[in-house]
Amino acid sequence: MARVQAALVAAGFRRYATYRQATFAGAFTNTVFGFLRCYILLSVAATAGGVMAGYTGPQLASYVWLGQGLLAVVNSWTMLDLAERVRTGDVVADLLRPVDPLWTYLWTDLGRAVYAVLTRFLAPLVVGAVAFGLYVPQSLLTYPLFALSTLLAIVVCFACRYLIGLTAFWLLDIRGVMMFWVFVSGAASGLYFPLAILPDWLATVLWVATPFPSLLQAPLDVIVERGGTGHALLVCLGQVVWTVLLLLACRVAQASAVRKLVVQGG
Amino acid sequence: MIISARGLRKDFTVSRKVGRFRRERHVVSAVDGVDLTVERGELLGYIGPNGAGKSTTLKMLTGVLTPSAGEVTVCGLEPVAKRTTLARRIGVVFGQRSQLWWDLPLEDSFALLRHIYRVPEADHAARLKQCSDLLGLDEFRRTPVRQLSLGQRMRGELTAALLHGPEVLFLDEPTIGLDVLSKQAVRSFLGEVDRRGDTTVVLTTHDLADIEKLCRRLVVIDHGRVVHDGTLDELHARYRSRRTIVADLDSPWPEGLTLPGAVVTAVEADARRITLALDGMTAGEVVAALAQAVSLRDLSVQEPNIEDVVAKLYRDES
Repeated sequence: MARVQAALVAAGFRRYATYRQATFAGAFTNTVFGFLRCYILLSVAATAGGVMAGYTGPQLASYVWLGQGLLAVVNSWTMLDLAERVRTGDVVADLLRPVDPLWTYLWTDLGRAVYAVLTRFLAPLVVGAVAFGLYVPQSLLTYPLFALSTLLAIVVCFACRYLIGLTAFWLLDIRGVMMFWVFVSGAASGLYFPLAILPDWLATVLWVATPFPSLLQAPLDVIVERGGTGHALLVCLGQVVWTVLLLLACRVAQASAVRKLVVQGG
Repeated sequence: MIISARGLRKDFTVSRKVGRFRRERHVVSAVDGVDLTVERGELLGYIGPNGAGKSTTLKMLTGVLTPSAGEVTVCGLEPVAKRTTLARRIGVVFGQRSQLWWDLPLEDSFALLRHIYRVPEADHAARLKQCSDLLGLDEFRRTPVRQLSLGQRMRGELTAALLHGPEVLFLDEPTIGLDVLSKQAVRSFLGEVDRRGDTTVVLTTHDLADIEKLCRRLVVIDHGRVVHDGTLDELHARYRSRRTIVADLDSPWPEGLTLPGAVVTAVEADARRITLALDGMTAGEVVAALAQAVSLRDLSVQEPNIEDVVAKLYRDES
């Protein structure tokens, strides 16, 4: 990694590492909700004879607890500074740098994600492992695939949030878009329930036509080895496609946003 | 010539509500045919009343706004088309915006900028030391930017804009909201930048003391047009700004008394204080005549006031 990128990742990391109380409060909340979700899903599975939509008890526990941690890692509920900077006009400073703001924001967000992995991800993971016992992957290949899938999930989520931030160039106030995103991304990414409990056709539409499952369901299915290594590779491939498509969309939308700003003034 | 603009225009379309549903659109020219050339190493004051088009001009010069008409080059580049290339060669400080990373210590922002602008480590360290010595950054360089006072932050912003050794520095109201000491620090720093002569500075401000202390050349813009381009003295000459003599007298000023080469402009304090505007004679000659006519207690000679002359100019143009 070149030095600019490394410096930006480090800056993103340090930026979030400043707020220790917020980190602690966030990890605590995620953990409390982890208990709630885990008890509910396990009781649903128990009434269904121990297996729910193909997930066994330990797989469900892993799905819940790793999901609670990954939520903070992909950070889908928190918007980037971009929209606020567009609203206040500070975005001009971003445009006056010799680097593309898209990449600056991406590298900084990756730094944030590294910090989240070390804190917000590990805390619920440990609690879940102690309190419920988690699913232990059978294949060693699962671990690197999970790491890859998580990285892709972070980038996909970043690109979605960047696109939402860019809408500020037209809307100025992005609260409406954001509320829509929080609702849809929560339901369709597998945060509230595993997408496998949905009717087949709906789950297929979500997986094929939307980036939402790439945010959480994808890495979670990889780590609980749903469908084996072949399936995991397919899931990662799908994420790669969404990563490329969404980053391209960011480029196009940004070019048009900047054109609008530069031509019409802001 | 490092900056050149010819017939620079920026029109904005504004829509206004007419009746219940209809909207009427009309075009407003924020900048209306500005011609401007700046030589390398100059420090140019660019002033005008609110809404005159100063910031719009600056945005066009830095490449964040496309001109509606006219030609503009900065460092030989067309700003909008070559914005990212130009970004390496210019520095920009907007007094009301920040380019620093809010949550990080000031020195982290500086370190990041070194990477972003790919500045060799030795150059970066040398420039940082120079700025740090002149602006006294040491006491707060480890403080997160969000905890800095406005004056400290502005010193940080100036440093951040200079670390990559820009050829042109654009400053949009860098002294806005600063206290006296911070203003002085910023001014003496800019004076030092100017003395070194390798950076061209374009400064917009509402604080005319900035102009008086720093700028040899003054460009005044109003309603999008340049209404004065020259030195401050030329502006005074144009409005016949005059030096004044304020004299405190032992006895009241005799009514109807006139002095050659001076005009009485105010009689105050029971006629024991008079103000005379010089009109064709030197201060010495007028003071000598004054001392013969009345008994003097105290006396001061005042230079023409920049605020007054600029106010006259703004009023004339509106």
